[in-house]
Amino acid sequence: MSIRGVNISIKGLGYRYSSRGNPTFSNLMLESPRGEALAIIGRSGCGKSTLLHIIAGLNRPTEGTMHFDDKKIEGPSSRWVMMFQAPHLFPWMKVSQNVGVGLGFAGWPEKEKAERVAEALKLVELSDYADTNVQDLSGGQQQRVALARSLVMEPELLLLDEPFSALDAFTRASLQRDVRSIAKRLGFNLIIVTHDIDEAILMADRALIMAGAPGKIVHEFEVNLTDPRQRQDPAVQSMRARLMDAFHTAAQVAGSPAEKAEAETASEPA
Amino acid sequence: MSNHPPAAGLAGTRTSRAAEATARGVLNFSLGLLILAALWGLGGYMISINPKTQSFAGFGLIPTLTSFPELWQLGKLQSAIAASGYRLGMGMLIAIAIGVPIGIIMGRSKRFRELSNSSFQFLRMISPLSWMPIAVFVFAAWDHSIIFLIAIASVWPVMFSTAAGLAKVDPAWFKVARNLGATPVQMLTQIILPAISFDIFTGIRLALGIAWVVLVPAELLGVTSGLGYAIKDARETLSYDHLTAMVLTIGVIGYVLDTCCALLVKRYSWHRGDA
Repeated sequence: MSIRGVNISIKGLGYRYSSRGNPTFSNLMLESPRGEALAIIGRSGCGKSTLLHIIAGLNRPTEGTMHFDDKKIEGPSSRWVMMFQAPHLFPWMKVSQNVGVGLGFAGWPEKEKAERVAEALKLVELSDYADTNVQDLSGGQQQRVALARSLVMEPELLLLDEPFSALDAFTRASLQRDVRSIAKRLGFNLIIVTHDIDEAILMADRALIMAGAPGKIVHEFEVNLTDPRQRQDPAVQSMRARLMDAFHTAAQVAGSPAEKAEAETASEPA
Repeated sequence: MSNHPPAAGLAGTRTSRAAEATARGVLNFSLGLLILAALWGLGGYMISINPKTQSFAGFGLIPTLTSFPELWQLGKLQSAIAASGYRLGMGMLIAIAIGVPIGIIMGRSKRFRELSNSSFQFLRMISPLSWMPIAVFVFAAWDHSIIFLIAIASVWPVMFSTAAGLAKVDPAWFKVARNLGATPVQMLTQIILPAISFDIFTGIRLALGIAWVVLVPAELLGVTSGLGYAIKDARETLSYDHLTAMVLTIGVIGYVLDTCCALLVKRYSWHRGDA
């Protein structure tokens, strides 16, 4: 499986749910080079998931433009695939059928499709489960199938919308490590939306803090850590402390009234 | 990461439990039929020994069963089943062809659902047989009138069951499919229809029950073929054994059709705990 990433360029992006309503975010600028793993963190309601849906082409922005390698993005494509909070597998299909469903949509011949599916299942370590009904899998295994379903399309960009938030701590840690390692090995871009600062540090090369109403990017962090990253590493802990500080400062400076109140409470000495 | 497939021992236990349940089901089914046959036989015997009711002895179990070879040799049974089967099949096909697409539109479009709900609920409540005079007036052939009656009786369960099935579908499946590049046709054939096949077949099963109940009284009027007509003909010629044989045939065919539908519902159900 050979994949390459894309240069992402987002200029002046804005979105509002209704023409009379307040913008969810506006005039958002974002550049991400080929193969970068980018995390967008922020509290619930700051517009980070909406931004991800727009980048995936599932929602249309109300202003601004997006380009992947100079190609203007105006809708969904199997070249940029999204993984959701829940796996959303098709329960009437077996594991292999779920993984190959996108290739089927693209009209791949059965033989080549089967080869690609087997390769993707091997990558997520679920080869023994190809003929199992997805309803017989655990939550972590289902999320791995969803990952394989995305990877089999050989995407240039994988978008993750808090994809591991419903999983137990062990499964979450293992998937965070595996997704980053697969992305780095295959060279595709990652954009992870999360409210878990640890997740951002463990998975991303760069973290953006989004806050305010309308939401904007208020801080940017390079996550210069060596792989594999462990939650208990001092470097990870120190990066976490710095990101937390930046997170609270950002909320106090640019956050909505609720965010500011929450940030003040959090920064008061115990 | 440790990912091992489920143990084979569990599957073995499940298989033996399923076999036990099947055997118990077959035994209860046979026992139920035997009790019914015994009651019928007893009732027939009582009628045949009473001089006042002796002329109705044809209704009994033995005369009914012995009339089947005669009906078969005369070709009455085959022609009645063929005529009724054709009307039922055509009516159901029309009901499915109309009910499933409209049900899908109802499930997908809130606007359409709101617009159509009052009209459909109103039409649904009209007894199918009350359309008969209008059907006879509109259609030149009796056959077409009966097919129309079956179609209008069975379209509603198919339509509402399809719409209800679609309303229950996880909207994220559409988003995932779109994200993976599904065209509208692929969305329909590979996501929507498999997702709601259980509901469609449940609707068809309900519709078939209604259609079968409507078919016989509809065939009592005007036509000169079919199971309903065969019952009327037997009554007029006082052939009570033939009459009961036809009634029994209607019951058996209805039961077989319902069982086939139940198997289809089970086959296409992906919901755990159904079946």
